[in-house]
Amino acid sequence: MYRYDEFDQTFVDERVAQFRDQVARRLTGEIPEDAFKPLRLMNGVYLQLHAYMLRVAVPYGVLSSRQLRQLAHISRRYDKGYGHFTTRQNIQYNWLKLEDVPDVLADLAAVEMHAIQTSGNCIRNTTADQFAGVAADEIEDPRVYAEIIRQWSTLHPEFSFLPRKFKIAVTGAPNDRAAIKTHDIGIGIVQNAAGETGFEIFVGGGQGRTPVVAKRIRGFLPKRHLLSYLEAILRVYNQLGQRANIYKARIKILVNTVGIEEFTRLVEDEWQYLKDTALDLPAAEIERINAYFAPPAYDTLAHDDPAYEEKRLTDPVFARWARTSVHAHKKPGYAIVTISLKPVGGIPGDATAEQMEAVADLADRYSFGELRVAHEQNLVLADVRQRDLHALWQQLQAHGLATANVGLLTDIIACPGLDYCNLANARSIPIAQRISERFADLNRVHDIGRVTLNISGCINACGHHHVGNIGILGVDKKGTEYYQVTLGGSADENTEIGKIIGPAFDEHQIVDAIETIIGTYLEIRKNGESFIDTYRRVGLSPFKETLYATH
Amino acid sequence: MTFQVMTANRLHDGQVVYLAEDDSWSERLSDAIVADSDEMAKTLLTLGARAVEQHIVVDAYLFAVSVENGRILPLSRRELIRAAGPSVRIDLGYQAAAE
Repeated sequence: MYRYDEFDQTFVDERVAQFRDQVARRLTGEIPEDAFKPLRLMNGVYLQLHAYMLRVAVPYGVLSSRQLRQLAHISRRYDKGYGHFTTRQNIQYNWLKLEDVPDVLADLAAVEMHAIQTSGNCIRNTTADQFAGVAADEIEDPRVYAEIIRQWSTLHPEFSFLPRKFKIAVTGAPNDRAAIKTHDIGIGIVQNAAGETGFEIFVGGGQGRTPVVAKRIRGFLPKRHLLSYLEAILRVYNQLGQRANIYKARIKILVNTVGIEEFTRLVEDEWQYLKDTALDLPAAEIERINAYFAPPAYDTLAHDDPAYEEKRLTDPVFARWARTSVHAHKKPGYAIVTISLKPVGGIPGDATAEQMEAVADLADRYSFGELRVAHEQNLVLADVRQRDLHALWQQLQAHGLATANVGLLTDIIACPGLDYCNLANARSIPIAQRISERFADLNRVHDIGRVTLNISGCINACGHHHVGNIGILGVDKKGTEYYQVTLGGSADENTEIGKIIGPAFDEHQIVDAIETIIGTYLEIRKNGESFIDTYRRVGLSPFKETLYATH
Repeated sequence: MTFQVMTANRLHDGQVVYLAEDDSWSERLSDAIVADSDEMAKTLLTLGARAVEQHIVVDAYLFAVSVENGRILPLSRRELIRAAGPSVRIDLGYQAAAE
């Protein structure tokens, strides 16, 4: 993985010292809150319902075991013994004291981490496919380009005060696991007819109150032009994005307003001034970064490990877990493992300090000391030998980390909602918990098959409800929490925005409503059809009829 | 006239606090001064703004409560959660100490 060079470490250490001084001056009253707020936000510090919240960047979701142990240590020493993994591959602490934050940042800096640009109107942490570098379907490793973008975008003076926040995602595989079309810029690694590798660039995607699927602005961009082209997009946005109205300030609104053809023309014009300049990415520089992501020392193994096959045949509980948590690896005899952070009745994305330490130990033992955070709020061990899967599973079980529901109905994405968040209108987590409890029977969940269920507690859509096959949006109606349901969303290579099915449900009705939707699907699905396949075949009507039949 | 209470987050640790007697800020909602008139609400607003200026608290505002048998109850879910703690973690927040 990438290791800080002297420049990285120096600027992170300097920022810790700078923020320590700013906090001290805030606490003595030398800096008023109005002046301090933008400073704390630049360092990832929010004020939420119960205390200060710190959002820590996990660059493109990649962590070392050492870093995860430090995150566990921070949760125990300064917080309340747990952390929350977010839908942007970051981690949040909910109970920090402002006076402790400089020490937390120093502890992060000691393991090459920080919270810079996890808030504010700047380029946020670039996210990537959690299977980067190991996925069997991958064209090229997206971490290399995510790291190049991280270096370019960190403290970029021109883009520190954009009209609004800006999110970039990269995938190296045609099966998009990074939800690139829901981002301000989505980057897919592709091959052209000549067999050269480059980038397909999408622009203007986003969720929030105006959900938009990103539009393609470039079918094939040669690698060396990556940064100059991104800079051209950002420049056009920085100049023309609407700063006066926060609800119209994202790039998606600009792209929609001027149209993708005109936006493309503006970018191409700007690019003429930027291409073949200092922003050019020489092959040697790509190679230099690529070296940080060199494959680990894999064993030479057979394709299908007989011991793994035998365990799957003889241990049905293990087989069920393997069916959802184990994914194809590009190296023979290896597997990718997704660790579900969605136990029955649990809080999606939460992990205790003990669980973090356990996963760090398992990463050391079975996966070259590295792990990933998935935007679905799960963890990933990317390089596990098939022969070790059974032992790994047993140890995950001991820590409550072996729920066999990855990619299934109870693998729910949920934002913190009104239980923690200052912006929320309604609670998300208890709804996720009650759905998870209603569908606790794993046999039933496996029978239902692949489906995504995403919950947001407000229209800002941190829980990605717009792109869930089933989406739930919490709203406040005269002081009462209601839940609006959308169907048909998806966040993969066929990204779609879900459609509202009808009037919202109150907190006592919403779980029954989900059960009715699932029951309807089971009634009408054809052989082998997933939920989204069925929805695309039949549309909203059958679900609407059963949901509102008695109303 | 709705009953109202002044709340804020304490500057140094972000904890939820309520304006109480003697211009103090308490972690307990039961200690809060309840404004039962526009004039009193205005006074609380002035005291809240002053505490912000004095860098004791941040984000001071009034919220609606009911008073039943002397017990102060927030009317909104948001303020109930701030006063107690996350509804999904009753081991955390002020509700944990009340257990």
